[in-house]
Amino acid sequence: MMDSHASMTNLPDSAEGQAHTPHAEEEHAHPDWSIYWKVALILTLITVGEVWAFYVPSFAASRGFVPTLLFLSGLKFTIVVMFYMHLKYDHRLFRVLFTGPLLVASITLIGLLFLFGHLHIKIM
Amino acid sequence: MATTARPAPKHSPDAYGEHSGLWSWLSTVDHKRIGVLYLYTALFFFMFGGVEAIIIRAQLGAPNQHLVSAEFYNQLFTMHGTTMIFLAIMPLSAAFFNFLIPLQIGARDVAFPRLNAFSYWVYLFGGIFITIPILFAVAPNDGWFGYAPLTTRAYSPGINIDFWVIGLLILGVSSLAAAFNFLTTIINLRAPGMTLMRMPMFTWMAFIVQVLLVLAFPVITIALVFLLFDRFFGTNFYNTVSAGADPLLWQHLFWIFGHPEVYILVLPAFGLVSEVLPTYSKKPLFGYPVMVYSGILIAVLGFGVWAHHMFAVGMGPIADTFFGLTTMLIAIPTGVKIFNWIATMAQGSIRYTTAMLFGIGLVALFTIGGISGIMHASPPADLQQTDTYFIVAHFHYVLFGGSIMGIFGGIYHYFPKITGRLMDEKLGKIHFWLTVVAMNLTFFPMHFSGMLGMPRRIYTYDAGQGWDLFNAMSTAGAMIFPIAMLVFIYNFFVSRKRGEIAGSNPWGAGTLEWTIPSPPPEYNFAKIPTVTSRYPLWEGKGIDYECARINSQEGKTPADLGIVMPYSTIKPLFVALGLVTMFCGLIFARALIGVGAALMIFSLYSWLLSPLEPEHH
Amino acid sequence: MPASVAHTSAPTSHHYTTLGLDSRKVAIWAFIGSECMLFVSLISTYLIYKGRSIVGPFPHETWTDPATGHVFKPILNIPVTSASTFVLLMSSLFMVLALAAVQNKEKPKHTRGERVLGNSKLWLWMTASAGATFLGFQAFEFTSFVHEGLSIRTNLFGSSFFTLTGFHGAHVTAGVIWLVTLLAIDYRRGLGSKDSLLVDIAALYWHFVDVIWIVIFTLVYLIK
Ligand code: HEM
Ligand SMILES: [Cu+2]
Repeated sequence: MMDSHASMTNLPDSAEGQAHTPHAEEEHAHPDWSIYWKVALILTLITVGEVWAFYVPSFAASRGFVPTLLFLSGLKFTIVVMFYMHLKYDHRLFRVLFTGPLLVASITLIGLLFLFGHLHIKIM
Repeated sequence: MATTARPAPKHSPDAYGEHSGLWSWLSTVDHKRIGVLYLYTALFFFMFGGVEAIIIRAQLGAPNQHLVSAEFYNQLFTMHGTTMIFLAIMPLSAAFFNFLIPLQIGARDVAFPRLNAFSYWVYLFGGIFITIPILFAVAPNDGWFGYAPLTTRAYSPGINIDFWVIGLLILGVSSLAAAFNFLTTIINLRAPGMTLMRMPMFTWMAFIVQVLLVLAFPVITIALVFLLFDRFFGTNFYNTVSAGADPLLWQHLFWIFGHPEVYILVLPAFGLVSEVLPTYSKKPLFGYPVMVYSGILIAVLGFGVWAHHMFAVGMGPIADTFFGLTTMLIAIPTGVKIFNWIATMAQGSIRYTTAMLFGIGLVALFTIGGISGIMHASPPADLQQTDTYFIVAHFHYVLFGGSIMGIFGGIYHYFPKITGRLMDEKLGKIHFWLTVVAMNLTFFPMHFSGMLGMPRRIYTYDAGQGWDLFNAMSTAGAMIFPIAMLVFIYNFFVSRKRGEIAGSNPWGAGTLEWTIPSPPPEYNFAKIPTVTSRYPLWEGKGIDYECARINSQEGKTPADLGIVMPYSTIKPLFVALGLVTMFCGLIFARALIGVGAALMIFSLYSWLLSPLEPEHH
Repeated sequence: MPASVAHTSAPTSHHYTTLGLDSRKVAIWAFIGSECMLFVSLISTYLIYKGRSIVGPFPHETWTDPATGHVFKPILNIPVTSASTFVLLMSSLFMVLALAAVQNKEKPKHTRGERVLGNSKLWLWMTASAGATFLGFQAFEFTSFVHEGLSIRTNLFGSSFFTLTGFHGAHVTAGVIWLVTLLAIDYRRGLGSKDSLLVDIAALYWHFVDVIWIVIFTLVYLIK
């Protein structure tokens, strides 16, 4: 019986693409130290930039401030998820399991902000 | 293969192998037995909620009655709704998830058998926790949707709402744990060849429900945590009076959960009926891919319609238009399903078994609820209907006419798989017709009393407003339900003992669960099948006969077959007990919090550090 | 092993899985997806109530109590929180190194650098300590806020701020406990590449908690 199990793991999972063959994960080269420290450096630099922006009164008061900070924060978010959580290299199922809920969550957040009058749609 | 040889079980339909006795039930991690536990517990709560409904209807049967006090009436309708939704329909669905998902996808168990046991025990303890107070007339009394600020300490000073907040938090843990488990199971434990587009429709709908649970339950969890903090620690989330809190915060958070929740309640029944109708029409499900896509569309759109429960609060024209439109849109995929079921039956060779009758009943009655739903999708129309009995009529047509009919259909259909014996068809049909009559007599008149302006949640009313006749009809209908249920319960227990032996596929159904003995052996499949079609038993070359022969053998032990089974364990029960004790501490004695936490953490570590199953080499 | 580890290509793994993935990894990603909704509910509430408190202290503005004339400075301490943010970011670096060290446990190591990088205990310690340091910063922040007159009951800002960051802190706490548990296993029997998955799922959780903080830091602390 046990042998038949082992052999079954080699059956192709026809309709869902070859990405699903067992052990596919291992075939991807995971990033290593040389990438990890660079990622950490970039994250640190972005954070320094964010805090610096906070302390520049003229910039902090400008219209570009909030979008810039949101962008930078989104960038850091993406970098950690892609490189440290290996989403860039891992099975695409994990991407679906994460981005799907993230999308629903983001849209819900934006919807709520509209409904509570923190964002405005201008008609006409 | 280090499994120690065990005595061969007598594989009669009445026993699950060598398992019996109380201890075996407390420590089981077998998805089928956990499914049975869910079934019995949920049926109990279903009847408990039914009794509450009977008292409600008795009170409203005629004007100016004082059978119960206004205060107790509030507790009755709150607990009726809470019980039916969280303790009856969801767990009845969970019973089928447990029993069927692994069988339908060709797996030996769920992905995390011990977590599965944990979910059940949390549900049981949470259910008891939230149900006990009504016996002492201190039950939650602000409605199943617990609107804050009404539910804050300032307006609800008693412990009633404490039970509600904490009870729902506990039940949320159960639902979430189960959802991660089933989601993983469906994604990762499908047999070879069981591609997504070959999955039985029940498993598909279950899959979508798990996604909804995973996304919707965190939102109510947070809303409840806010309420808990407000009530116990003096935070201001819903403190509209002195802190300037927004009275709509709760409503939004609740309905962001609440609308997906209604699909959580009905999609499992849709899945069951999608197994029932093809079987008794001897035709594959019509438009399978469309059924799948409409299910996905319902799930996605389901997160964009929540504010249709709030048209009356004055959100402004943009929000009203948006939510009115999305609500009408979501009716389309729902309607598509109805047409597909009708097309499945069209020109089929239909057998009117009890299960089939309930299936057809769902198609007919749910449609009525869908239509009234579209009526109040329009904000101006809804302003007339909201908070009246018209809404009560709507959601009972979808929940009773939809969920409950589907679940009864599922019970009649799968009873032989679960117990190995058939239910009595004659009694089944009596049950069905009594139910249909009772259901329509109770809820159809509510459309009229609602349109005539009778509000929900009033404990009595004056004569002469045109409501008397309709209320009398509703009450008369409600009194038929207990008779129907007695017939069902009698049939259930007698058939369990003395029903006709079913065999592996009594209905000539087409999916994988019917290839194995009834009841299935603990390992389900002696040999994991390779699947090549949607209805392997129907499509000649869809089945590997050698594999089917192996799987239909009875009386083999896991040891005979070299199958490694998980150990049974009591630890998940203790973790659940610790969790619930911890929450009880908030109400009864703070010392319990520490005791519960210690029990929980200790049992959890002991669970996580002990192996699931014997080591194999 | 509690369940199959598809990760290790060990042929003893007898449980078939459809995708060849370990179920625990699938479950932890589903859990993380679910947590997105949890934190969005908290963050939404914080943002909805932003600027709606009737009395101070406020996050970014000064407030004079009309009754006492007492002046409350903006309460958020950006320098301290920037430091704790940096610590948490670095903990993510340590975490990936811990995972890599466990995954490569059996590979021969020649240089001193390779031996340091391959020391799973070191990196698990570093991660857990960074997490604990972050919690220390948070404890300091919370107590100083209370001293300055902002508690969870003071106003809408206090309620939503403490609940949001407190939930995050509770997640960090759980993560630290998880890491310490892994350390205990490492000391008792040594974590090898066959245990990668145990560290992998802890790491995913840990990074997710970090990522949530990245969002909170911007939305709560930096944007006025
Ligand atoms: C055709 C699709 C549907 C539409 C367009 C629809 C629309 C609506 C609307 C607009 C309301 C709010 C009415 C009000 O309170 O004024 C409502 C209430 C409700 N609906 Fe539906 N609905 C649909 C299907 C369902 C389904 C499938 C279920 C559950 C199985 C369901 C369960 C409920 C419940 C429980 C309420 C009342 C909640 C409460 O106030 O206690 N609906 N529906
Ligand atoms: Cu709705």
